[in-house]
Amino acid sequence: MSRLIVDGVEVDVPPEYTLLQACEQAGAEIPRFCFHERLSIAGNCRMCLVEVKGGPPKPSASCAVAVRDLRPGPNGEPPVVLTKSPMVKKAREGVMEFLLINHPLDCPICDQGGECDLQDQAIAFGFDSSRYGENKRAVEDKYIGPLVRTSMNRCIHCTRCVRFTAEVAGTGDLGAIGRGEDMEITTYLETAMSSELQGNVADLCPVGALLPKPYSFKARPWELVKTESIDVMDALGSSIRIDTRGREVMRILPRPNESVNEEWISDKARQIVDGLKTRRLDRPYLRENGRLRPASWAEAFAAIAAKVKAAPPARIGAIAGDLCAVEDMFALKSLLEKLGVKSLDCRQDGAKLDPKFGRASYLFNPGVAGIEEADSLVIIGSNPRREAPVLNARIRKRWLRGGFRVSVIGEKADLTYDYNYLGAGPETLASLSENLSEKLEKPLFLIGQGAVARDDGLAILGLGAKAAVAHGAIKPGWNGFAVLHTAAARVGGLDLGFVPRDGGLDAFTMAKAATLDVLFNLGADEIVVEPGPFVIYQGAHGDRGAARADVILPGATYTEKSGLYVNTEGRVQLADRANFPPGDAREDWAILRALSDVLGQRLPFDSLKGLRARLYEAHPHFAKLDRISPALWSPDALVANAGKTSGAPFATPIADFYQTNSIARASAVMAECSALALDLARQAAE
Amino acid sequence: MLEDKDRIFTNLYGFGDWGLKGALARGAWDNTKKLIDKGKDWIIGEMKASGLRGRGGAGFPTGLKWSFMPKADPARPSYLVVNADESEPGTCKDREIMRNDPHLLIEGCFVACFAMEAHACYIYIRGEYILERERLEAAIAQAYEAKLVGKNNIHGWPFDIYVHHGAGAYICGEETALLESLEGKKGMPRLKPPFPANMGLYGCPTTVNNVESIAVAPTILRRGGAWFAGFGAKNNSGTKLFCISGHVNKPCNVEEAMSIPFRELIDKHCGGVRGGSDNLLAVIPGGSSVPLVPAHEIIDAAMDFDTLRDLKSGLGTAAVIVMDKSTDIVRAIARLSYFYKHESCGQCTPCREGTGWLWRVVSRMAEGRAHKREIDILLEVTTQIEGHTICALGDAAAWPVQGLIRHFRHEIERRIDQYAANPHPEPLKGFEVAAE
Repeated sequence: MSRLIVDGVEVDVPPEYTLLQACEQAGAEIPRFCFHERLSIAGNCRMCLVEVKGGPPKPSASCAVAVRDLRPGPNGEPPVVLTKSPMVKKAREGVMEFLLINHPLDCPICDQGGECDLQDQAIAFGFDSSRYGENKRAVEDKYIGPLVRTSMNRCIHCTRCVRFTAEVAGTGDLGAIGRGEDMEITTYLETAMSSELQGNVADLCPVGALLPKPYSFKARPWELVKTESIDVMDALGSSIRIDTRGREVMRILPRPNESVNEEWISDKARQIVDGLKTRRLDRPYLRENGRLRPASWAEAFAAIAAKVKAAPPARIGAIAGDLCAVEDMFALKSLLEKLGVKSLDCRQDGAKLDPKFGRASYLFNPGVAGIEEADSLVIIGSNPRREAPVLNARIRKRWLRGGFRVSVIGEKADLTYDYNYLGAGPETLASLSENLSEKLEKPLFLIGQGAVARDDGLAILGLGAKAAVAHGAIKPGWNGFAVLHTAAARVGGLDLGFVPRDGGLDAFTMAKAATLDVLFNLGADEIVVEPGPFVIYQGAHGDRGAARADVILPGATYTEKSGLYVNTEGRVQLADRANFPPGDAREDWAILRALSDVLGQRLPFDSLKGLRARLYEAHPHFAKLDRISPALWSPDALVANAGKTSGAPFATPIADFYQTNSIARASAVMAECSALALDLARQAAE
Repeated sequence: MLEDKDRIFTNLYGFGDWGLKGALARGAWDNTKKLIDKGKDWIIGEMKASGLRGRGGAGFPTGLKWSFMPKADPARPSYLVVNADESEPGTCKDREIMRNDPHLLIEGCFVACFAMEAHACYIYIRGEYILERERLEAAIAQAYEAKLVGKNNIHGWPFDIYVHHGAGAYICGEETALLESLEGKKGMPRLKPPFPANMGLYGCPTTVNNVESIAVAPTILRRGGAWFAGFGAKNNSGTKLFCISGHVNKPCNVEEAMSIPFRELIDKHCGGVRGGSDNLLAVIPGGSSVPLVPAHEIIDAAMDFDTLRDLKSGLGTAAVIVMDKSTDIVRAIARLSYFYKHESCGQCTPCREGTGWLWRVVSRMAEGRAHKREIDILLEVTTQIEGHTICALGDAAAWPVQGLIRHFRHEIERRIDQYAANPHPEPLKGFEVAAE
């Protein structure tokens, strides 16, 4: 620890701290624009200048000076740093004046107004009037993609966005051209950014130069009600904040969460907002003479009751989709148990993961933060950049630190970091357990749904476990066996045991013609149900599932209900309700509770609280919010499955990152992104 | 006046052969092995004893700089980088060395690398220097041919030397921007610390030296540090190339002893100020980035680091820009402000925004199209730039304007009055740059 005196306050800080961190620890506020905790230090805005006694007779940029670089006084006194001296005050006012001379007086029409670093700091540290009488600089706005709107007059050249794309996103889309006062931030020839994390540059921008395009001119920050929630667009469960005005979701922003998403979210998580409002199911529907017609809840329930009562339990089945909260699935499962139904499944993609092998057999056991501890990574049948872009950024972060070898079995793709390509399919995986090159301390085996969502998935899972064991990835203190899910609801469903009972059918079989009489589809839109069964679709969007339904029960999206989600690492998180379902749509657990009454199998809870009490009783780990309950296991049961596989190469389950679920397919913004990504891919291929 | 026998750059004017044969005849590469056999500590000791201060402008003692290099480490090789990106307006000394005596530089690189346990040297040469680069490359080829340098050279210290061509940005003459540019990145200065001696080229220990500092090293070692220290005032020892331009009868480059009085320098070598020394208005003694010094202060001043610092200016690169009374001094400084506005890299705020502000205001003042209170604002703006930037370009942009206001405030005020008496909407002729 190093001791120093900041404004008369003595503090002890680690020597690798920057002066800025040390000052903050001492309680001094340091204004800054270019400095950001998660990006490299640029030191270019010069706003964080402080005075160091005994140093050169000029202020130092506190973000760029390490505490260890300070010299003690002549008699060994701790170095003295001043943050409120006249020199510092003058320096800050000077820098602020320079920043403002070419900054337009746009505040009344600028979306950043109210949450603008420049505004706030100009008030706190600036001078009250301008002495600049020349013309202000005008800069042409750039097109950098459908998600980020530019207003380049406002740019203060902090280069946070450039550093973000270069370091975190790894695509290096943004850069600065020109020099001096003609420096401009742009993409190469004004092409769209290619990163799945590009929306974050708008958050990083301390002024209104980069703003979320879909949110342009929609709302002011002080009108918005903020609700903390969890993203369900991928299985990472990023922490988000949902901003609503009245009943309407206006925007979604990331919330810092060190153990999951740091402070990034994917573009899908952020810009899904318009999908929450379009193609919504706002009333029950009933199919009559081949056509769906609006119906009342009573009519819909009566139609369901008639079918269910007529069908034997063996001819009834249920599939849960990718966006369901744990409570929804728990309510449905309870109802199915009462009906004696054995066919239920939450794995609409046909993944062979099964709770019977132990909880650790389907979790991302090392944890997302554990990626940073790992010393090697084998990616099996996954494209983490598409399946969980924020997790991919974490892998890249680890890779940038060095001493981290990444290997890939599966599709060759641009993952934003270098890797050894080992092979395409199961044979390579099988040979992996034999080829032991070097023993590493903490190897990580990332197994994607592309490897397990196929007929020989169980054998491949076994091979993966075998390789992990052979490489010492599973041992006391480190479990490097990591399953990366693509569906937010999946781990919750597996935790609940939402899988076929003995003799029950799995999702693929249930969807086949003539295996069932009644199929309850709880928001499963990625599976095609063949003609035959009477399909009850409960969901929020008029998507594939609704098109095949015979009865539609309008449910709520993740922003409209309070629900638990378990992310791929097994972390139980609560997504709080930010607004209300439209029209007659209701929260899903309540629909199921009402339906149970009609079916004569009343579920034993009348409120969400009651439901949760039952849930916690049956599965105590759901009560441990924001935590990962330890999953102890022996991989032997999995390894025993290692067997014959087909030679088919692994394919990533996500063909189009922007169109993975019903909300995304309802979003015009996502459609635009998707078309653009397709176009970029086509251009790259040419 | 420096005697011919004490000159280091004996082919400065290119009257002799620039190639290896001529260089050998002039004494370059003469038993270099003997020098390096005396060991690196002796070399650094001699360099320190010579009192050589870096010739690139800042005047940091060269021997001391060399001694900062850490011990050789196979994982982190040391590098010598020679800053030949000579772009300071008024400065034209390094080009003459590279054009007419390149072997002095190459030999200097060799001994400097040996002293710093470096095996590779990069010469970053200014983009506009085409002939100089060709000469330098040819000279390096000759040196390789003669096995004076290379992996298996006759001196027994494996050594490679590379020439890298810049692309014409003034800022790439700043040592860390130069390293960035050499690494293939945009030429923007790095934050210091870490200093290049710790984290330089490719993150390895690096010393960046000016061409002249390196080129004088072999001669200093041959003739002894004490010989070199015998010229000039204390702390300002040695001989120095002066580049005298502007309103003198015969502008020239000349090697002279440090601390030579200005009057002697001009009268002996340049045929005096145009129109006599009474016609002298002001002098910029060290390249465009130092403040000007008015005639009465400079005329008998010694041309060295400390004297000029006391005159609130600096020796810089010893590019002496002489201006007689026909000079429009405000416009001259306005043009320099334009240069710094044009060459600012744009990385940090005070320089990016401030240089343009300075240029615009000084340009208006050159026409008189300003208010008197703006003079103080201008001065304050320069102090807001100075010392607040990552590199010294901000200072370099601020100082000429400060010098102007310090010494020629009356001239600016006179113009403002003149304009106020006869305001006109059209800009003056010859202000095309200002109208940009």
